[in-house]
Amino acid sequence: MLEIRNLHASVEEKEILKGIDLKVNAGEVHAIMGPNGSGKSTLANVLAGRPEYKVTAGEAIFESKDLLSMLPEVRAREGVFLAFQYPVELPGVNNTTFLRTALNEARKYRNQPEISAGAFLAMLKKKMQIVEMPDTLLSRAVNEGFSGGEKKRNEILQMAVLEPRLAILDETDSGLDIDALRIVANGVNKLRSKDNAVIVVTHYQRLLNYIVPDFVHVLYNGRIVKSGDKDLALELEDKGYDWVKDETVTAK
Amino acid sequence: MSNSELTVEKLANEQYKYGFVTEIETDKLPKGLNEDVIRLISAKKNEPEWMTEWRLKAYRHWLTMKEPHWSNVKYNPIDYQDIIYYSAPKKKQKLNSLDEADPELVKAFEKLGIPIEEQKRLAGVAVDAVFDSVSVATTFKEKLSELGIVFCSMSEALQKYPELVRKYLGSVVPYTDNFFASLNSAVFSDGSFAFVPKGVRCPMELSTYFRINASETGQFERTLIVAEEGAYVSYLEGCTAPIRDTNQLHAAVVELVALDNAEIKYSTVQNWYPGDKDGKGGIYNFVTKRGACRGINSKISWTQVETGSAITWKYPSCILQGDNSVGEFYSVAMTNNMQQADTGTKMIHIGKNTRSTIISKGISAGRSNNSYRGQVRITKKAENARNYSQCDSLLIGDKCGAHTFPYLETNNPTAQVEHEATTSKIGTDQIFYLNQRGISTEDAVRLIVNGYCKEVFKQLPMEFAVEATRLLSMSLEGSVG
Repeated sequence: MLEIRNLHASVEEKEILKGIDLKVNAGEVHAIMGPNGSGKSTLANVLAGRPEYKVTAGEAIFESKDLLSMLPEVRAREGVFLAFQYPVELPGVNNTTFLRTALNEARKYRNQPEISAGAFLAMLKKKMQIVEMPDTLLSRAVNEGFSGGEKKRNEILQMAVLEPRLAILDETDSGLDIDALRIVANGVNKLRSKDNAVIVVTHYQRLLNYIVPDFVHVLYNGRIVKSGDKDLALELEDKGYDWVKDETVTAK
Repeated sequence: MSNSELTVEKLANEQYKYGFVTEIETDKLPKGLNEDVIRLISAKKNEPEWMTEWRLKAYRHWLTMKEPHWSNVKYNPIDYQDIIYYSAPKKKQKLNSLDEADPELVKAFEKLGIPIEEQKRLAGVAVDAVFDSVSVATTFKEKLSELGIVFCSMSEALQKYPELVRKYLGSVVPYTDNFFASLNSAVFSDGSFAFVPKGVRCPMELSTYFRINASETGQFERTLIVAEEGAYVSYLEGCTAPIRDTNQLHAAVVELVALDNAEIKYSTVQNWYPGDKDGKGGIYNFVTKRGACRGINSKISWTQVETGSAITWKYPSCILQGDNSVGEFYSVAMTNNMQQADTGTKMIHIGKNTRSTIISKGISAGRSNNSYRGQVRITKKAENARNYSQCDSLLIGDKCGAHTFPYLETNNPTAQVEHEATTSKIGTDQIFYLNQRGISTEDAVRLIVNGYCKEVFKQLPMEFAVEATRLLSMSLEGSVG
């Protein structure tokens, strides 16, 4: 589904990603872990096409297409979804209108007819149960005045509505209490299927108790320095990131 | 961001959609203004003697006045002798229905996307179509007349209801009021007149579509709306204008009178030609709009969506004379490219327990300049007056300007006056967030701007709100960079 080869990227002339190689197949869940400043969020944002991040070398092939040459909105319509670490507030923009506009953009791109307001609402009600979201949040402006947990749930609701091929969760667990964490993780699990893939970017192993990954990669200083299965996350929890840092130094 | 640059270029090259000229034979006077021209206008319209005299008094007063320059707009001097003051489509005969209207005219309305036929059928709107200064079609008149409601052109009103016109004309905006209002009083060509008698609730929205057509014709509309005791009326005004190279002057006057327990809702969508992207051409819109809440518990509400004109100079105001009377002003003013807008309101509190609300949303894009200018005056006798003002500015890009000039004058200690103002920019993080959900940058800006204007749009009647949203989207084209 996604193949990243030798990806280099920088922000304001500073190189953050220094050669990432990663292959993600349909049906897989990959966790990207690593200490602060290792480049986890940069990787997530580069894949989504945030304009402040400049790709300096390498490529990312998504479903046989060159992902990095696409506009951000085209990547989204192709099925790449980023759950934001800091969801943005859009004052006055109705949450339901926003969701329906987003879905219809994707449908237009796939030559599907636009979904009617009635059909959309019915579908939305079902999807809301996945993240245990109260109806009241639908009539409000996107993320405006939402609590941290509500914002993150709203991200997963958007994911549920848009049904992406590849979902990238950027530190979705940050700032969540244990109940919110469970709700968000359950939401993601319900959306897992053999046809889609998830990349979970996280600092802590905690989230991986709920979203069990097939692969765990450790990002350090802009490179993936270690890959393994879910046990690697536990080992990291146990030994801390210094262990990986030391190993990297020794390997040099 | 090659993405948005491309979009900007593509959209900037798009022509003003409503830029076409309709071929209709016009009957017009030579350029210039003097007492003979005014007498001729009055004679052509077969006006009563007092009307001619009133126009002349206005003209003589106007000659003593100087064009005001206190507003935050810049433009080349206007040569008032280089303007044609009267232009009317040549009428073959009186029209009973639209079928009898000039087919060119009907086509023009169709091009504008506002076919009168559709309007009649869909919305139950009575349309008084003002086409280059003279009304050519008026519908639903019978239905309205059964209720005793008068809705016709000012010319017709002067023929049929001269005493009503005489009683109220100039009673809110006297001919001495200001430079442009005096000029209008002297030369006004036509406009709308609505009168809703005591206790009658007008069952449909009254609507007028204005359109400047003949080249170099200044248009001077005069509108008067009177709601007697307990009456209610909602009036819609909307306009579009074709591309012109020379600047066109538009100096309208609108007067509203609400007696005891009466309510007038006046909504405007204004889309005069704003000039090209370098500011060439475009309409100068110098308008005086004022409503008098004369009676107790009366209410006047102005809602405006301004997207057009090269220059807008406009302050729809309320004089809250009656005790417990209410004044409201909801405004969206959008400027793009080289447009300049200096707009706002005046709320003059005179009666006891009078209340006013001001919600102003300015949007500036391109190299445009957008100013809010508002006055709230609480007079000595206005016990327990209340005002709430909220003035927001939204900036798109970094070459435009937004300014707020609030004037507050409180002469009664019981007054409660609140003023809030904000300035914001559309953030790149907001755009990226919407991009990441599959929404293009253009559409992202539209969503954000529509969200920002929601408080005002919801004041508009349904069909009008749709049109306003469409106009705003059109005005936003090419604004993202």
